[in-house]
Formats: sequence, C-alpha cells, structure tokens
Amino acid sequence: MKIVVCIKQVPDTAGGVKFKPDGTLDRGAMLAIMNPDDKAGLEAALRIKDADPENVKVTAVTMGLPKAMAVLREAVAMGADEGLLITDRVLGGADTWATSSTIAGALKNMEYDLIITGRQAIDGDTAQVGPQIAEHLGLPTISYAKEIEIDGDSVIVKRMFDDGYMMLKAKMPCLITALSELNDPRYMTPGGVFDAFDKADKFVTWGRAELSVDDSNIGLKGSPTQIAKASDKVAKGKGTVVKPDSPQEAADCIAAALLEKNII
Amino acid sequence: MDFKLDEKHEMARSLFRDFAEKEAKPLAIEVDETEEFPRETVKKMQKFGFMGIPVPKEYGGQGCDPLTYIMCVEELAKVCATTSVVVSAHTSLCIDPIMTYGTEEQKQKYLVPLAKGEKLGAFALTEPGAGTDAQGAQTKAEFDEATQEWVLNGSKCFITNGKEADIYIVIAYTDIVEDKKGRKQKRFSTFIVEKGTPGFTFGVKEKKMGIRGSSTYELIFQDCRIPKDNLLGVRGKGFGNAMHTLDGGRIGIAAQALGIAEGALDRTIAYVKERKQFGRSIAQFQNTQFQIANMATQIEAARLLVYKAAMAKAEGGSYSVEAATAKLFAAETAMDVTTKCVQLMGGYGYIREYEVERMMRDAKITEIYEGTSEVQRMVISGALLK
Repeated sequence: MKIVVCIKQVPDTAGGVKFKPDGTLDRGAMLAIMNPDDKAGLEAALRIKDADPENVKVTAVTMGLPKAMAVLREAVAMGADEGLLITDRVLGGADTWATSSTIAGALKNMEYDLIITGRQAIDGDTAQVGPQIAEHLGLPTISYAKEIEIDGDSVIVKRMFDDGYMMLKAKMPCLITALSELNDPRYMTPGGVFDAFDKADKFVTWGRAELSVDDSNIGLKGSPTQIAKASDKVAKGKGTVVKPDSPQEAADCIAAALLEKNII
Repeated sequence: MDFKLDEKHEMARSLFRDFAEKEAKPLAIEVDETEEFPRETVKKMQKFGFMGIPVPKEYGGQGCDPLTYIMCVEELAKVCATTSVVVSAHTSLCIDPIMTYGTEEQKQKYLVPLAKGEKLGAFALTEPGAGTDAQGAQTKAEFDEATQEWVLNGSKCFITNGKEADIYIVIAYTDIVEDKKGRKQKRFSTFIVEKGTPGFTFGVKEKKMGIRGSSTYELIFQDCRIPKDNLLGVRGKGFGNAMHTLDGGRIGIAAQALGIAEGALDRTIAYVKERKQFGRSIAQFQNTQFQIANMATQIEAARLLVYKAAMAKAEGGSYSVEAATAKLFAAETAMDVTTKCVQLMGGYGYIREYEVERMMRDAKITEIYEGTSEVQRMVISGALLK
C-alpha cells in the first residue's frame, strides 16, 4: 500500500504574525514549521505503516521554496520512507487552484492508493487545496477526518462537524483531509534525524519538467485569485476593568455583563 | 574550526528541546517534591530512541554521535535534572562499557535491549568506604571452578538508577597482587549483573538534596552467583575500564551541569524583565545586567568545553583531560550560576514554585558525582605535570 501525504511548510504563528511593509506575510522573519493539520495527516499515515511496516510505504510531498526541504526532513525523521520536493521558480505565486493543479500534476506521475492532506494551512486558511487535488485526479474526497481505519481496499473515516459526525467508507484510491484533532503526532527520533541528513536517496526534487500540468494552471499566471493585502487578527480592545470588593460583587458584575450580551 | 552546529545537530536539538518542554518540564516540580522516579517520561524516551542515541543501529541504537547524545542530556537538564541523569547514567555508564568491552554475545544479550530502551542500565563502583579512593573497595568476586560461576560479595552505595535498572555494571576485586615495592594491590574486574539474580538485593534508598526523583540505592551482594560469561572485558582490568567509563560519564554530567545553568538563566532572564522595583524592571539595573552578562559568558565557555569533549570522544583516542576540564568548569558554572539566579530572584528565587532553588540544589551533585571537582583537578594537573 502506497500512501502519499501532502505537507506544507508554514510560518509558526505561535510567536505572532509579521508583515512586510507592502502588507504581505514576512515569512523570513518567522520560524517555519510543518502545518499542524498536515502533521496529523502524516501521523495517521505512519500509524497505518506501523500496523504493517513491510507493506506500507509513506511518501511525503511538499511544494515550495528549496528551504521547504526542512519539513520533508522532519517527515522522514518521524518515519516517512521518502520525501518529494516540488520546486521551480515558475511555480511561485500560486493560489489554491495553481497549487492543487501543480501537486496533482506530480501525483499523476506517482503511484498511490491513498492521499492524505491536512484540512487547511494555518497561513492561508483556505481548506481548498486537498479537495481540489482530488477533483483534478477524479478521486473521491473525505474531508475533516478525525479517525481513519483501513478496511481491505477501502477506508472508513469518521468525518467531524461542529455538532456531530459521519462515518464514511470509500474505496481506495481516494483522498482524505485530516484535522489536527485526528491524533497527537509522534516526535522525530534521533536516528531518524540522522537518516534525514545522511541518506540522500530518501529525497527527490522535481521541477516543472517532471509535472503533468498545463502552463496555464501553474504559478502566478495560472492563479485566478491574488492576495491584495493580508493582516493580523484585529486586536481586542482593552476591555472593562472592575475592582469589586467581594466575590459576590465580582460574580454579579460578570453575570450582569453576560446578561447584557444575551449570553445567559 | 567551525563553532556553529550544522543543520542535522540543530534539528536533533530542536527534537530534544521540544520533548523536554512538553514531557519533562511539566513534571519537574512534582518529581522533585515526591521523589518519584519519572517512569512515564522514561517510557516515552524509550519509545523515541533517547535511551540508545550513540549506539550503532545494528545493536538497536540510533546511530548518532556523542555530541547528539550530550545535547539530549543538556536539553533535558534545562528543565529537569533528574530526567537527564537517568539518560546519562544509563548511556554513559552502562551502555558505553558494554559497547567498548563487550563480546558479541554480550552485546546481543545486553546492549541491544539497553539501546532499545527495553532495559534500563546502572553502574556500581562506589562503596561506603571507597569513593575517590577506589582501592578501598571491599566488594569481592571469587571464581568457583566447580560451577564455573563468579560469586559476588559486598555492597555498593549511591547507585544512580538503583532499584529501577535491569542491568548493572559492577566493579569488584578478583585478585590481590604485590606491586614492585611489595605492597598489596587489589586487581579489579567488571561484571554484568542482572536484577533478580539470587543474592542481589537492594538496601536503603538515599534521600538527597537534589536530583530527588533519581533512584539512588545501595546494592547488596551476598553469595550472588553470576555466569562466567558475565565478566566484562579482561580479568584484572576493571579499574582501567571503570576509569575509562567515567571519562565518558563525565561528559554526560558536564552536559547535565550545562543544562542546569542554562535552565536557571533562562528563567531568571524572564523574571528580571517582569519584576518591578523602584518603578522599573530589575533588568534595568546595572547589577542585574552585569550578572546576566557574566553568567551568559560562563555558560558559553562551558558549552564550548562540553561540546569539545564530546567531539574528542567521537574522534577516538584518549579524552580524559577534555572530559575532566569540561566537567570541572561546567559543574562549577552550574553551582555559581544557579546560586546567583536565586539571589537575583530574591525571595521568589527561594520559593519552590519558581524552580531556580531546585536547580541550585540539583547543581551541587554535578560537582560531586562521577569524580568530584577535586578529582577533575587531579586528572588535569596530572596530565600537565607528568
């Protein structure tokens, strides 16, 4: 069984978001991490491999600048068999359409039974790339996976919603988008880290020439949408400070405020 | 000469730091308070390969270098010195001698499960009457020709990973010979002893000033019979083996000391930025600034010595002086830095919740075990004055 996991290198928003003067994200000023939903997807694939290590192969795929190799190394250090980096200057500036077209263009030249992507990336927050890849490849999609189980040539997935869940079964090949709630991803191992640097044959880099995709669907020119401006979350106001004299008075203040907003 | 870590070691450090922050740090206060061995953390470290970092993959290890291993000890010590010494004693003092002196059979039987973390290791040299003066050791091993077994009698004290370990490296004298001046000298040998061997029991659990979650026990051997094949290395060469083992161990303890100092400084820097006196943060006072600068300089110097010693071990050959220098300086740095951190944090520094007082208590042992600072000075000056 061959599982391809699509992962993305994203800026770590835990330390705050930084912008360039032109309003675009200053990626160079922020630490880069593996997107959390993607990491959960990778963990799900590795657990499938744990159950049958001889017959399951996990390949991590990412598209990005050459420095995105770092997330592929992390994936291999966690236990993935190999990493594929899709990188080419002509692919730069891609929106979700061009990105999914490009990744699908790579997948057309790969073998797979199951594709797992994260639900959405913490930088773009679109949740579009995974399902779009499936559309380009003509595959069924199950999004928002909280549990994944392999059942012969099918997958059984618990698909989460705010107020409930669905149990869905699909024949492979298919694509699943993973929620970070899916699992608690494993740590790398020290030996895995060494393999990720010492075993060059675990990594492949593909450029434009290796992709089965039309020029009209890649890069900035192939992107129907473009970002005009990005901004951080709107800062919260200072709030109201009260200094009650007793716990009873404090509780009354809170209750009154909640009543006023019709929360209780 | 390049003082910058390469990407591979930086990634390994990020792994250890991430693990230490998420798994060891939240338990550090409780481990100290309850004096409970951090079994759950050790289980997790086993799962992710932390218990066999410098062991070749063919023996179940991770195939990394000594530098990677000591960075693991350093990062753990930043948040919990107890957790770091579990790894250090297991790796440097039990795994390393088997890797160095073991036969292929001994490696398969003992090194593989130790490196995989399925078994925990310990090392027993010190005795109630024999610390720095190893010749004073009374534990004796006699060979029983009839049964082809070694018979151990005696006791060992202050043994790290004491009751928790499964496999023990035990030093005992096997022969008494006369030196050139006609004085009687004990000849020591090294043995591998498994927990559960009849005649091998545990004495008192030590109550300690620091590293309180570390399991420190007395080991008692009463007609403890062990197979002939459990002699590790050559009969009569045990003292040299033990000293060589301690050379490696000292780099681990130096890394522990370095981590303790770094952890204390990290907390103190965060505190002095927040703490306000006389209308401004205490970080704005020149005394604070100079103390922080001095401590950071000491720590950086210690780090360079510790990493240099680890790299000397990787190169092979003798590294006794490098290890002694690193341990001496790092241990005294840890004691000095943690004491100053408590002082800078004032009353809060003395309160357990703020953790630097624990680090000050933990730091003290690094000046004592695996060779006191005085022993390190003897090793260093001995090499210079011979």
